[in-house]
Amino acid sequence: MRVARLASAVLPPLVWGVAFVAAWEALVRGFDLKPYFLPAPSAIWSAFTDNVGLVRAAAFVSGGNALVGLLLGVALGVAASFALMRSNLLNELVSPLAIALNAIPIIVLVAVFQNMFTSTSEVPRRLMVMLIVFFIVLVNVAKGLRQVSPIHLELMRSYAATPRSVLVKTRIPNAVPYLFTAVKIAAPTAVITAFVSEYFGGRQNGLGYFIPSNFANSKNAVAWAYVIGACLLGLTFYLVSVLLENITSNRRGKAPGGATI
Amino acid sequence: MLRRAARKTILFVVAVFAVGCVWELYKVIGPVDGGSVFGWKIIPKASDRAMPHTWDMIARLLEPENRSGGSPIAVTVAGYSWYTLRLAAVGLLVGGIVGIGLAVLMARWRIASRAILPWVIMSQTVPLIALAPQVVSWSGKIELFGWEWPRWASVCALAAFLSFFPVAVGTLKGLTSVPAASLELMETYAVPWRVTLMKLRFPAAVPFIIPSLKLAATLSVVGVIVAEISTGIRGGIGRAVLSYQQASTGDAEKIYSAVFGAAALGLALFGSVVLLEVIVNRNRPREAT
Amino acid sequence: MTAVVLNSVSMTFNPGTAREVNALDGIDLSIAEGEFVSLIGPSGCGKSTLLRLVANLVEPTAGTIIVNGTSAGQARRDHTYGMAFQQAGLFDWRNVRRNVELPLELAGWDRGRRRERAEEMLALVKLDDFADHMPWQLSGGMQQRVAIARALATHPPLLLMDEPFGALDEMTREHMQAELLRIREATGSTIVFVTHSIPEAVYLSDRVVVMSPRPGRITRIVDIALTGGRDDDTREDQAFFAGITEVRESLRAVEGYHSHGGVDDR
Repeated sequence: MRVARLASAVLPPLVWGVAFVAAWEALVRGFDLKPYFLPAPSAIWSAFTDNVGLVRAAAFVSGGNALVGLLLGVALGVAASFALMRSNLLNELVSPLAIALNAIPIIVLVAVFQNMFTSTSEVPRRLMVMLIVFFIVLVNVAKGLRQVSPIHLELMRSYAATPRSVLVKTRIPNAVPYLFTAVKIAAPTAVITAFVSEYFGGRQNGLGYFIPSNFANSKNAVAWAYVIGACLLGLTFYLVSVLLENITSNRRGKAPGGATI
Repeated sequence: MLRRAARKTILFVVAVFAVGCVWELYKVIGPVDGGSVFGWKIIPKASDRAMPHTWDMIARLLEPENRSGGSPIAVTVAGYSWYTLRLAAVGLLVGGIVGIGLAVLMARWRIASRAILPWVIMSQTVPLIALAPQVVSWSGKIELFGWEWPRWASVCALAAFLSFFPVAVGTLKGLTSVPAASLELMETYAVPWRVTLMKLRFPAAVPFIIPSLKLAATLSVVGVIVAEISTGIRGGIGRAVLSYQQASTGDAEKIYSAVFGAAALGLALFGSVVLLEVIVNRNRPREAT
Repeated sequence: MTAVVLNSVSMTFNPGTAREVNALDGIDLSIAEGEFVSLIGPSGCGKSTLLRLVANLVEPTAGTIIVNGTSAGQARRDHTYGMAFQQAGLFDWRNVRRNVELPLELAGWDRGRRRERAEEMLALVKLDDFADHMPWQLSGGMQQRVAIARALATHPPLLLMDEPFGALDEMTREHMQAELLRIREATGSTIVFVTHSIPEAVYLSDRVVVMSPRPGRITRIVDIALTGGRDDDTREDQAFFAGITEVRESLRAVEGYHSHGGVDDR
């Protein structure tokens, strides 16, 4: 029965989550831990409800940066992947660069970007998100465009199909699941990147400012309230991208598109 | 194989050089004070203060950190990078071990997997790094077997926390990726689950564990750097990035020394995982990418 | 009228290098319109290469190939043949009908005509109820039938098939063979068929071309004399077994038959 299956999927994590929170509350009360050491879930919840407006405003700032960077990064990444599809040399130049950039904490470049724009600009943060999303999308979509099944390519050749036909009828449909896999990775990454970018200077208006500053002022419960906001933001981005993937992949059956992170 | 590696390295150097050329080209054609497109100020400034010449960045590496003299900043930054690298490495090690351990747990008992896995996956979508100050505030206040919890241990704990999630997810995927036929074969040998784990599941999981460790290495490095910044810990590259950034008005090239240092440290940790990969894969057929 | 003519065709891969392989040497073959010809032989005898030469998926190192009265390349550009491979190769993002429509799209047909022809072909392979299904919802045999419907969509005079039933189980295979003959009866196409299976070759063909490897050559062409049409009882006919024996003995005469993986007796 579908209800039973849904229950068995939702119940265990739910039970575990509730148990975890309950144990946390008990720990704080039992050992009488001070709020600056570890606030109780109940204290966090009341801080959250008291500050919902502020948390939402900060989340909008960070979320806005994440969204702009995400959309631009996806658009540019897809466009650039076509170039990589056509040119072997470009592919060979970009691949090691992409891998190296994966290894390097390029988030520190936000500090560099701050110098290139005015001090109140949101552009450095958005640029950072765009950069990271760009490479995720580029690597995955280029893979989807290039790695078409040889059988399909031979079939198209037997039809004397033009390269444009092959592109439109074979490569692009093949690449679509890769795009959605990339977005699924890129969306929460965009949120985290936007958040961490705020540690490197700039306007003091996002979650990445309020959380550390509240911790620094020993207002731990409030800081945790903002953390909840950050969690909700990240989850929203992730769930929307999963939803988008499901809308398209239902028709195909099992979606391929193994991800390259 | 060596030829392939050499070719890849050369192409990488060419790519980096190309990036440098694009940088310099922009400096030639870009507006000195930045510009706008449809009212949005999105064109970066091309002045020497905003975007130093690449050769100036490299030259700066040979000058000392402060006017007061001393060894070249490259050496100083290397020291900071080494400090951060050690913390990130310990974080990666601990996170990796815990992650693999949790994955084994989840593979053994499906109920554990059903209860915990959704939370693990969700945690990868939220900025856990935000909790850095909370974790670091525990330093000096916890005693573990008579050993007082120092600040750097909090940073390691944070890095471990960040690394452990992708490793847990990747390892679990690998442990459960074994084809049913192989599992049935082990059943015919009537061996306990532990033996199947060591002889079948783990070797099968290696191609999944390695990429997850690579991701974890990156997260660990970023985690330590951000933790250093948000908690004001000295001695690491995070603090250097922040203070060099603040010195940019007078010394525009300084920040790039820290960037290079951070890049080197990231490559070092990532490189050690790649080394592990090479060692572990020496007897496996080469996979086509 | 001849459908396919190969004249002194040779194919050498990687000529002049250390990895040089002489896949085919001096092939002369003439296939009449409406004929069903099978190519059979041990691994490495060049039968698939021969088929791909006719399909103009590779160019020969020597010799000429005439397909439907023009060069092989022109035949490919004119879409005068259809091809089916061992793997159905359906596009998993298109439903069954749209998979069959693919060659029609590429030939520039308009939507209405395409749909009509696709449904006609699906009726021919008895899959008209599945037109809106997705490939992953179909069994291997059904996917292969869709691939055949696709290959015949433009009503080409020539059908090239490279072990299309190789991935199917025995029962499905025999069923598909009967289906193929029925379809051929309806369309009158010339069929060139590569196979590993002696009974399959004998059951389906008018002539069986036996090939040998290193270099690929035609050893013998066996005429199959199964009169009175073919049906399920044919498989238990004396003439059928005689044909199998004749082909098998021709194969045994091929040098190195046993050491090169042989051919199925199933």
